Amino acid sequence: MKAAILVFPGINRERDMARALKLISGHEPAMVWHAERSLPSGTDLVVVPGGFSYGDYLRCGAIAARAPVMDAVRDFAAKGGLVLGVCNGFQILCESGLLPGVLMRNARLKFICHDVHLRVERSDTPFTRGYNAGQVIRVPIAHGEGNYAADEETIRRLEGDGRVLYRYCSPDGAIDDISNINGAAQSIAGIVNERGNVLGMMPHPENHVEAIMGCTDGRGLFAGLVAQLEKAA
Amino acid sequence: MKARVTVTLKTGILDPQGKAIEGALKSLGVDGVASVRQGKVFDIELSATDKARAEEALKAAADKLLANTVIENYRVELL
Repeated sequence: MKAAILVFPGINRERDMARALKLISGHEPAMVWHAERSLPSGTDLVVVPGGFSYGDYLRCGAIAARAPVMDAVRDFAAKGGLVLGVCNGFQILCESGLLPGVLMRNARLKFICHDVHLRVERSDTPFTRGYNAGQVIRVPIAHGEGNYAADEETIRRLEGDGRVLYRYCSPDGAIDDISNINGAAQSIAGIVNERGNVLGMMPHPENHVEAIMGCTDGRGLFAGLVAQLEKAA
Repeated sequence: MKARVTVTLKTGILDPQGKAIEGALKSLGVDGVASVRQGKVFDIELSATDKARAEEALKAAADKLLANTVIENYRVELL
């Protein structure tokens, strides 16, 4: 795996992401500054990490989405390269047009920082092959704007094409209003683009990868990516 | 030339911030508040002197950055 982690001013989860990637893939990811116009040669995974790029000014992710490096990410994605956006990274991918919809203010207005349960909807994608379909995993969230919204047609297409990969759920996997922590449409926690090579998700799998973190449920996502890229190589 | 771009949420988009402000106004006893929707205002100074070109530039600014047209509408005014 040759991962590139994008770094924008105000991002603060890039080190967590780098640590998780190194731990699971055995390879040190490259840190790529937002003003770069290209990705390191041989990059096979681009990660847009979490944080508060540009202080969430204007709209979360709006300014980062227009950074020079994002043109390179668009080209990379257009060629089928794998892109993972977490938290602010999901917001940036939506703002950049790589994913549909938008992350609105949490329905109950509060910034929420605690563990949630996610149901893995399918296991036959690069981003979920480390899990079983229907498996429930526990990962942390930390966001104020994670309430996924899109027009009805977009939601219908996401659902129809099986592009919702992760959904907020109860500990036993039930989808209900109580577990839908931020009010997201259809309890959506993570979606992929039409081609299936760009994933955006609000929860932080990179923060549940070592025993000392109290849980290792996030490992499957990264282990799946490693397996996917090894298969492709 | 001075201009103003006003960005507002589209009808039907839930606005929890507007709702919270609405609640606060009601609790302050401000009379007759039926509902509140929060938006953004950008005051922009342009070096252009041609009105048509200025409007074009402002529309580009709104489409490319100031508004997320998935959820927001915008209005451009030359002042």
